[in-house]
Amino acid sequence: MLELVTISALNGVLYGMLLFLMASGLTLIFSMMGVLNFAHASFYMLGAFFGFQISQMLGFWPAFVVAPVLVGGIGALVERYGLRQVHRYGPVAELLFTFGLAFVIVEIVQMVWGKGPADYRVPASLDFSAFTVFATNYPAYKVFELLTAVAIFAVLLVVLTRTRIGLIVQASLTHADMVAMLGHNVPRVFMLMFGVGTGLAAVAGVIAGPALVTQSNMAAALGPILFVVVVVGGLGSLAGAFVASLLIGLVQTFVVSVNLSVADVLSRVGVAAPAGGILLDVWNVTVAQIAPIIPYLLLVAILIFRPTGLMGTHAR
Amino acid sequence: MTSSRFITALCAAAAAVAAIFAPPAVAEDTVKIAYIDPLSGGGANIGEVGLKTFQYLADSTNAHGGVLGRKLEIVPYDNKLNAQETLVQVQKAIDSGVRFITQGNGSAFAAAIEDFVNKYNERNPGKEVLYFNYAAVDPVLTNDKCSYWHFRWDANSDIKMIALTNYMKTRPSIKKVYLINQDYSFGQSVRAQARKMLGAKRPDIEIVGDEVHPLLKVTDFSPYVAKIKASGADSVITGNWGQDFALLLKAAADAGLQVDWYTYYAGGAGGPTAVKQANLPDRVFEIAEGVPNDPYEPAREFEKAFRAKVGISNFYPRAVNQMRMFVRAAEEAKSLEPVKVAAKLHGMNVTVLNGGDGFMRADDHQFFQPMYIAKLGPLGKDQPFEEENTGWGWKTQGRIDTKDTIVSTSCKMNQPS
Amino acid sequence: MRDVASEINISTRGIPYPAGAAAAARLAAPWIALAIVFAILPLIFTSGSALTMLSMMGIMIVFALSYNMLLGETGLLSFGHAVYYGLGGFLAVHAMNTVVHDALPVPLPLIPVVGGFGGLLFGIVFGSVSTRRAGTAFAMISLGLGELVASSSLILRSFFGGEEGVSTNRTKLLHLFGFNFGPQIQVYYLIAAWCILCMIAMYALRRTPFGRMCNAVRENPERAQFVGYNPRMVRFLAFSFAGLFAGIAGGLSAINFELVNSAAVGATQSGLVLVAAFIGGTGSFIGPVIGAVLVTWLEAMLSDITEVWQLYFGLLFIGMVMFAPDGVAGLVTKHAPLWQARAYGSMLRLAQAYLIALAPALVLLGGLVLGVELTYRISGKAAEGTMISFFHATLDAASAWPWALAAALIAGGFGVFRLTWPLVGAAWHDAFVHLPATGRAK
Repeated sequence: MLELVTISALNGVLYGMLLFLMASGLTLIFSMMGVLNFAHASFYMLGAFFGFQISQMLGFWPAFVVAPVLVGGIGALVERYGLRQVHRYGPVAELLFTFGLAFVIVEIVQMVWGKGPADYRVPASLDFSAFTVFATNYPAYKVFELLTAVAIFAVLLVVLTRTRIGLIVQASLTHADMVAMLGHNVPRVFMLMFGVGTGLAAVAGVIAGPALVTQSNMAAALGPILFVVVVVGGLGSLAGAFVASLLIGLVQTFVVSVNLSVADVLSRVGVAAPAGGILLDVWNVTVAQIAPIIPYLLLVAILIFRPTGLMGTHAR
Repeated sequence: MTSSRFITALCAAAAAVAAIFAPPAVAEDTVKIAYIDPLSGGGANIGEVGLKTFQYLADSTNAHGGVLGRKLEIVPYDNKLNAQETLVQVQKAIDSGVRFITQGNGSAFAAAIEDFVNKYNERNPGKEVLYFNYAAVDPVLTNDKCSYWHFRWDANSDIKMIALTNYMKTRPSIKKVYLINQDYSFGQSVRAQARKMLGAKRPDIEIVGDEVHPLLKVTDFSPYVAKIKASGADSVITGNWGQDFALLLKAAADAGLQVDWYTYYAGGAGGPTAVKQANLPDRVFEIAEGVPNDPYEPAREFEKAFRAKVGISNFYPRAVNQMRMFVRAAEEAKSLEPVKVAAKLHGMNVTVLNGGDGFMRADDHQFFQPMYIAKLGPLGKDQPFEEENTGWGWKTQGRIDTKDTIVSTSCKMNQPS
Repeated sequence: MRDVASEINISTRGIPYPAGAAAAARLAAPWIALAIVFAILPLIFTSGSALTMLSMMGIMIVFALSYNMLLGETGLLSFGHAVYYGLGGFLAVHAMNTVVHDALPVPLPLIPVVGGFGGLLFGIVFGSVSTRRAGTAFAMISLGLGELVASSSLILRSFFGGEEGVSTNRTKLLHLFGFNFGPQIQVYYLIAAWCILCMIAMYALRRTPFGRMCNAVRENPERAQFVGYNPRMVRFLAFSFAGLFAGIAGGLSAINFELVNSAAVGATQSGLVLVAAFIGGTGSFIGPVIGAVLVTWLEAMLSDITEVWQLYFGLLFIGMVMFAPDGVAGLVTKHAPLWQARAYGSMLRLAQAYLIALAPALVLLGGLVLGVELTYRISGKAAEGTMISFFHATLDAASAWPWALAAALIAGGFGVFRLTWPLVGAAWHDAFVHLPATGRAK
C-alpha cells in the first residue's frame, strides 16, 4: 500500500511537471496575445518526433538541445506569417486558425513518420534504475524528466523577473501599447514569446517521447487535459497553471489505483443495487474507470463555482 | 437582404456541387471483394496489413486461374474508424457491384456491418451480399447477433480463451494469475471468460487481480504494474492490443516486473517490437491459429512466398483459410451467387493452412480450427522466421486440437428457405 | 405620445414585413423553389450511395445551421456542439426501440421530435453552465463538456451501448400511407421534409426580435445590457434553441443509419460541423448550408482519390481562415452590390479577371498537390514502392524529376499568380467605383 502511494506520488508529480511544461507555454502565449493556442499539444508532438529523428542521427543529447530550438523556430514563423495575418479578423478567427493548424500538424506528422509508434528510446546513459522503492525500480530517466522540468521552471522564473527582456515581456503582458511607445518592438516580442512557448512544449515532447509512446495521436491524448489545466489554474496565471498541473497529475495517477466503486460505498450504507439501465452502470462504476473524465469534472466544477480559476486574475 | 435570388441561385449551385458522385458503371468481369477497414488516420497501419494480405491472396488465386475463370479483385474502402462511415462505405461498395464484403478491425464496426447486411438482404431479396469477418472477435457476433449472411474465420475471444485455459491446465507452475484488460466489450469478455474457465479447469489457480482500464487512453501503466507486482502474480492474461499493449510492456520492463504474459495480440503490428524493446525474451505468449515458425511444411512455404512478395509476416492465416474456402465454395456451387456460395460455406470442412482440420459450424457460422500457443524469443534452430526485424521469432509451445476448442452458441439463425 | 413610443420601439417589433399577396409570394418563393429542388434531386442522382449522400447532406444542413445559431448569430464558438446532436440521436434511437418493443402507435416521421426534445433538454441543462461566460472561456467549457460526455459514453453502457452503439430497425414502426421507410428513397424524402421545416424555423427565428438581440449580444454585449436585455439570458436561449435543432439532426441521423454510437458525441463530429459552418460562411444564413453540402461531399469523395485527404481538408480550412474568413457565402456576398445594381458589364469584366487569375492558381495548386503526394509516397509508404499516379500519369517519387516538376509548378504558378493580382484588383476597383450608392444590404 505504501509502495503504491509512493510510486503513484512520484509518477503523479512527474506527470504534473510535464503538464506544466506545456501549460506554462500556453499560459504565456495566452496572457500576452490573448490567443489560446489550440495547436500547443501539436507542437509538443512535433518536439517528440523531431527529438526522435535527431536522436537517430546525432544522439539523444544533441536532440535535447536542437529539437526544441527547431520547433520554437517553427512556432515563431507560424506566429509571424500565420497568426499575425489572422489577427485582424478577430479572436474567433485566431482560435480557428490554431485549431486548423493543430489538425494539419497531426496530418503532416502522420504523413512523414507514419501512423505507428516511433522507436524513440531512452538514451543508454540514462537507462538504469535510479533507486528502488519497496522492491519497485524507479527509472533514472524519470528522475531526469523531473529535474529538467523543475530546472526549466526555475530558469523561466529568473528570466521573467530578473532580466531586462523578461521585464519587457511582463510589461507587454498588460501594457503592450505603452511598451511600444517606449520604443520596443512589441510584435517581435510577441513572436519571441510564441517561439519560446512552443519551444517549451517541444522540450516536454523531447523528454516525454521515450517514456510514453511517440505516436501521431500524442497530441489528441494530451490536448484537452492541457486546456483543463489552464482553465482550472486560471487563464493567465503561471502560478495557477503550476498548481493545477500538479493537482491534475496527482489526481489522475492516484485515481487509477483506486478500485472503489459506488456500489462499495453505498452498499455499506445499506442502499440496494438498482435493477438496470443507467443507474446500474453508475452503481458499478469504479473510481479507476472514471479516471479519464475526472479532469473534465474538475473543469466543470471550477467553472461553476470559481469561474476565474484557482488563481486567475482577470475574467477574459 | 441576401435575396431570394441568391438563395435560389445558391441552391442550384449546391445541387450542382452535389454532382459527380454517380459511381462509374464498370462492366468488368472481375469478382469484387470489398475490404472495409481503416486506411487513414489512427488504425491505418493495421488496416494496411490486412489489405496487403488479401491482395496477395487475390493475386495468387488469379495466378492459378482465378475463381470460375474470373479474376478476383480486392476493392479497398476506408471506414475512417467510424461506424456510420463504415455503413456509407458498404453502401458504396454495393452500388459498385460488390457482393462480398470482408472486414475485421473493430467488433463495433463488424456489428454495424452485420446488422446492415441483415436488413439489406431482407429488404432486397435477390441482391443479397455476404459478410466475411476475418478478425472481429466479439462472441456476440455469432451468438445473440448472429446472421446467416455472416461468416467468421477468426476464433472468437471465447474460443481463444478455451484454448488458452486448456494450455494453462497443463502448466502446474502457474499459481497466481492477474487479469488486466481494456474496458470495452472485448476486454470484458476476456476477463469474464478467463475467470469462468480457469475456475472450472484449474480451481487451484488464484486470480490475484482483475483490472480494466480505459481503452487507448492510458499513457502511463506504472500504477497498474505496481499493483501487479504487489499482488505477487506469476502470470498475466491480457487482451490488450496496440498502444495499450506496448505501454503496458514498457512499464513492466521499467519496473523490472518478471511474469509470463499470455496475450491475444502480441503478434499484431508493433507487438513484437514492443516485446523486444521491453526486453522480455520467452516470457510473452500468444494464442493464435498459427504462427510463422509452426513446424508444418506447407505453411512455411506459404510464409516464405508471402514474405518474399509482401515484405511483412503473415499475421492472418485465417485470411488464407477464408479465401481458399470462398474459392472452393464458389467452385462447388458452380456459381458466384451469394446465396449459393453461402449454402456451400455453411458447414464446410477443410484442411487449414497450418495443418489440421477445420470446419465452419452450421449453427452460427463460426469457424473452428486448431489453435496454437507460441512464445516470442531469440530464434533457435528450426525457426527460420523472425518478426519485424527484431531478430526474435515465435516458437510453438502447444497445440490445441479443434475438438478441444468448441464453445456452445445461443445463435438462432434465420436460414433463408 | 403613443406614436412616438411605437416609433422608438421599432427594435422590439423586429423587421416589419411588407403586406400583400405579392409580398407573401416573394417571401415564400425561395422556399418553394428549395422544396422543388430537394424533390427532384433524387431523380437526377439515382444510385444508392448518391441517395445516402444526399440524406447525409440533409442531416448536416440542419446540424450546421443549428451550429451557426451559436457562432454566426450569437458569437459563441463551441467545440462541443456534437453533444446535443449525439444525445438527441441516442434518445431518438432508444425511443424507436421502445416503440417497436412495446408496439406503440408512433410513426417514424415523428421520431425527430424526440431527438429535438433530447437536444433541447441537454441544451438547457448544459447551457445553464456553459453560457455563464462568453468568448474563449465559453469555447473551453464547451470543449470540456464535450470530452466529458464522450468519455462517459464508455461508462454508461446501457444508454450509449458501449462501442457498438445502439442499433434499431426503422421499418418496424407504425406504417402510415404504406410507407415502411425501408428503401433509402423514402428516408431521403423524410429527411428533406424535416430539413426544409427546420430551415424555415431557423430562418424565421433569426428574424424575430430575439434573433436580432442575439446579433446585438454578439456585437456588443455591454450595449445590449444598456438597452435592457440580459446577455446571459439571450445566450442561454440561443444555446437551448441550437441544442433543439442539433437534436433534430441527431434524430434524423438515427433514422438514416439505424445506428448511433459514441462517435456522434465526439470531438471529431464537433470539429466537422465547425469546419462545415465556417467554410460555408458564418455571416449569412445560406453559408452553413453551402458548407454542409461541400464538406459532406468532400469527405466522401476525397478519401477515394487520395489517402492524405485529411491533410487537404485541414489545409483548406486554414486557407479559408487566413484568406476568406467569411467563407464561401462571404465571397459570393461580396459581389452582392454588383448584382443588385445590375452592373452586368462590370461583373463580366470581373469574371474575366478572375478567370485569368484562376489559371496560374490552378497550376500552383497542382504543384502543391503533387508535392504532398510525392512526400507522402516517399516517407509514409516507402515500402510499397515509389510510383504514384497523378491524374493519369505515373511518376516515380524516387527520381528527381517529379520533384523538380512540382517545384517548377509551384514557383511558376505562384509567380504568374502574383502578377495577376493587380489585374484583379483593378477590375474590382473599376467595378465598385462606378456603383451608385445603394441601400443597406439585408
